[in-house]
Amino acid sequence: MKILVCITHVPDTTSKISFTDNNTKFNSNGVQYIIGPYDDYALARAVELKEQSGGSVTLLNVGGSETEPTLRKGLAIGADEAIRVNAEPTDAFFVAKQIAAVVKEGSYDLVLMGRESIDYNGGQVHGMVGELLNMPSVSPVMQLDLEGDTAKVAREIEGGKEYLELKLPLIAGCQEPIAEWKIPNMRGIMTARQKPLKVQEAVSDETMTSTLRYELPPPKSGVTLFQPDQIKELVDALKNEAKIL
Amino acid sequence: METLTKTQAIQGGEFLIRETEARDVFIPEEFSEEQRMMAQATQDFIDKEITPNIARMDSMEPGFMPALLDKAGALGLLGISVPEAYGGLGMSFNTSMLIADVIGSAGSFSTAYGAHTGIGTLPILYYGTEEQQQQYLPKLASGEWKACYCLTEPDAGSDANSGKTKAVLSEDGQYYKITGQKMWISNAGFADLFIVFARIENDKNLTAFIVEKSFGGITMNEEEKKMGIKGSSTRQVFFNDTPVPVENMLSSRGNGFKIAVNILNIGRIKLGAGVIGGCKETVTHSVRYANERRQFGVAISSFGAIKQKLATMATRIYATESACYRAGQDIEDRIQSLIDSGMPEAEAKLKGVEQFAIECAIMKVHASEVLDYCVDEGVQIYGGMGFSAEAPMERAYRDARISRIYEGTNEINRILLVGMTIKRAVKGEIDLMGPAMAVGKELTSIPDLNGKDTTGLLAKEKGVLKNLKKAILMVAGKAVQDFGAQLNDEQEILMSIADMMIEVYAAESALLRTEKLISMRGETDCQQQINMAKLYLYMAVDKIQAKGKEAIVSFAKGDEQKVMMMGLKRFTKFDAYNVKELRRSVADYLIEKNVYAF
Ligand SMILES: Cc1cc2nc3c(=O)[nH]c(=O)nc-3n(C[C@H](O)[C@H](O)[C@H](O)COP(=O)(O)OP(=O)(O)OC[C@H]3O[C@@H](n4cnc5c(N)ncnc54)[C@H](O)[C@@H]3O)c2cc1C
Repeated sequence: MKILVCITHVPDTTSKISFTDNNTKFNSNGVQYIIGPYDDYALARAVELKEQSGGSVTLLNVGGSETEPTLRKGLAIGADEAIRVNAEPTDAFFVAKQIAAVVKEGSYDLVLMGRESIDYNGGQVHGMVGELLNMPSVSPVMQLDLEGDTAKVAREIEGGKEYLELKLPLIAGCQEPIAEWKIPNMRGIMTARQKPLKVQEAVSDETMTSTLRYELPPPKSGVTLFQPDQIKELVDALKNEAKIL
Repeated sequence: METLTKTQAIQGGEFLIRETEARDVFIPEEFSEEQRMMAQATQDFIDKEITPNIARMDSMEPGFMPALLDKAGALGLLGISVPEAYGGLGMSFNTSMLIADVIGSAGSFSTAYGAHTGIGTLPILYYGTEEQQQQYLPKLASGEWKACYCLTEPDAGSDANSGKTKAVLSEDGQYYKITGQKMWISNAGFADLFIVFARIENDKNLTAFIVEKSFGGITMNEEEKKMGIKGSSTRQVFFNDTPVPVENMLSSRGNGFKIAVNILNIGRIKLGAGVIGGCKETVTHSVRYANERRQFGVAISSFGAIKQKLATMATRIYATESACYRAGQDIEDRIQSLIDSGMPEAEAKLKGVEQFAIECAIMKVHASEVLDYCVDEGVQIYGGMGFSAEAPMERAYRDARISRIYEGTNEINRILLVGMTIKRAVKGEIDLMGPAMAVGKELTSIPDLNGKDTTGLLAKEKGVLKNLKKAILMVAGKAVQDFGAQLNDEQEILMSIADMMIEVYAAESALLRTEKLISMRGETDCQQQINMAKLYLYMAVDKIQAKGKEAIVSFAKGDEQKVMMMGLKRFTKFDAYNVKELRRSVADYLIEKNVYAF
């Protein structure tokens, strides 16, 4: 069983977001980076599957050299090797192309990633990779078990769950509770440095989108509390201040 | 000629008479990616396992704390200092400090962790025979067994060597029977292994033993009802003819007190590191609250009175952290050089720490008092919510208080650190007398008004620091001269001298860290660190002046007093900064970042 886990290198959820160059570029100054939380679940499940039935876990990230600490954290958590495609992850299609090339080259049985990244939250990469390789792609996956070359999958759908059975190879966008996210143990951290981290160049530079500009949501305004006996004041405020009645 | 090798290694206590180069100190910004990853993993462990469950921990839910220790063991956190050959990770001294630092924000767990990995495990690591190490260390490093340390007794606290617990050799000479009462024993409620100090016959000094719970004859009182760290198990432990095989004696007969003292040295600097995480968390909570809480139509973080608190908290943390890792690295370097010169590893580790026992005591006192300052101001920033058990400050305030009491009270540590300094000087290990005499001469000479070049960045501050050291040498030198061995009976003077030494060490460490950081990142990226180094120096000068004065008027008389007071004035001369602006700048940075960000 060869598992590929694609991880993103994204700003910590508590980071303050700002932009530069006339609101066309994200300002990464002072931002702390983490493994995308959904990717973390994917990685945790991959490590569990490897523990259960053997095989190997390879990590993949499309990004500059600054993402290597994130990859090494993934190695510390339990992946066996890592690949970094040395390129800016400009858009979903560009990233999907890189992933597809790696999957083809390494003939992986299972490709796991987060349901979406938490920076741009596109949620498109798994679908695109599936299209490019003509493989089934499922998301968001909350449960994934293997029986031989069959995967049993539970997927979240509006108001419930869908249970699927698919033949490998398969691409899955994961989310909790597919596995409990893992904290790397100290020994894992110490051995991460000795595991292979391969850097390779991008296979194509094709992109489909370009960013015109970014905009921050308007700052949250204060909250006014009304007591149960202030219905009249509430209605008043909704009419005259919020102007939504 | 410039040389890139380290200047000759500094001796413990030598900071008083020697200028240290910035390049020779270790600063936390130099931790490697791997060490940072370990710290982050430790933080993740706290965020995942402890923070959401803090009520369960502090209500002493049965089994909760041992289960936490099990999880910490699975992550490798209990074996940081244990060599790989015994199932640990064999990490460096400063790495173990970094982990203790992060765990410092975990309240009661921090005590349980310290008791297990520190005083519970280290005696075996440093004094155990090969068989004892093989037998016990892997179990302790994995967390399969939990350890505690039984030194204190109802009538033997600070005076630990006066314990009444007895160890009597059985008739067949196969084991000792231990009988006695121990008190305030952390982790006692669930420990499998007890490090027990007892007296054989009428020996002058105690002997240490490794006691397994399964040996029998061990009973306990209920859990103590405590002010803070309520989730940490603390009990009285009774040994009633507990049979301990003779091979479970640790080190040799009568060597127990020495073990206790040496283990405490390590415990002290570890406690220093071990409160830093709590300090930082307090600032983070405080600044977040201050940014959210609005009064008079604005966030309270916009008030100067609040900014002043935030900036002072951060500044003191910055200084204590700088000093802690500086001392930690000095210890580590010494250990390495002893190992290189052929000393066995365990012995080198003890000797390395022992040689910096002064700095260990300084760190224990300084850091625990910074923590108390931070939680106190934290409560104040939260206002009424600071007093409420619903918000985090109330627990932080209660949990912090123990740090000034255990691992040797801060009074005992103050007395010790001055005593050890004098002892090292008398033994000729550091040359205090020469510089003290020079200061004496300088007192009666005309001040050198030509001055030194003070134009470089932080050059003026370094000049001030040099003078502060002279102030200490003046006061301490005269006190030793006047009282001789009787100085021990003048504890008030010892307290003042200790405070002066502590302040100089902290202020110097903050300056050196800043200087080194500037060399790494450039001045523009270190503006707040520069501000904090200056602010700390300002506060240190103030305190050294006050403590110096208090000491001088306590023993010097007539003209002598006058000369010393003038000397103090000269040695604490300082062109004050606009501290209001410095503080505002630091506070504004924290307020913008919304987190302790150094
Ligand atoms: C929560 C908690 C956990 C603990 N865990 C452990 C543990 O795991 N193992 C263990 O062995 N012990 C433990 N202790 C004990 C702790 O180390 C002692 O409480 C501490 O050393 C002080 O001793 P004491 O309580 O007897 O105070 P005392 O020694 O009676 O001191 C009372 C006061 O007198 C001062 N004083 C005492 N002697 C002098 C002197 N010569 N000069 C000036 N002032 C002096 C002290 O500074 C203090 O202010 C723990 C204590 C607590 C509260």
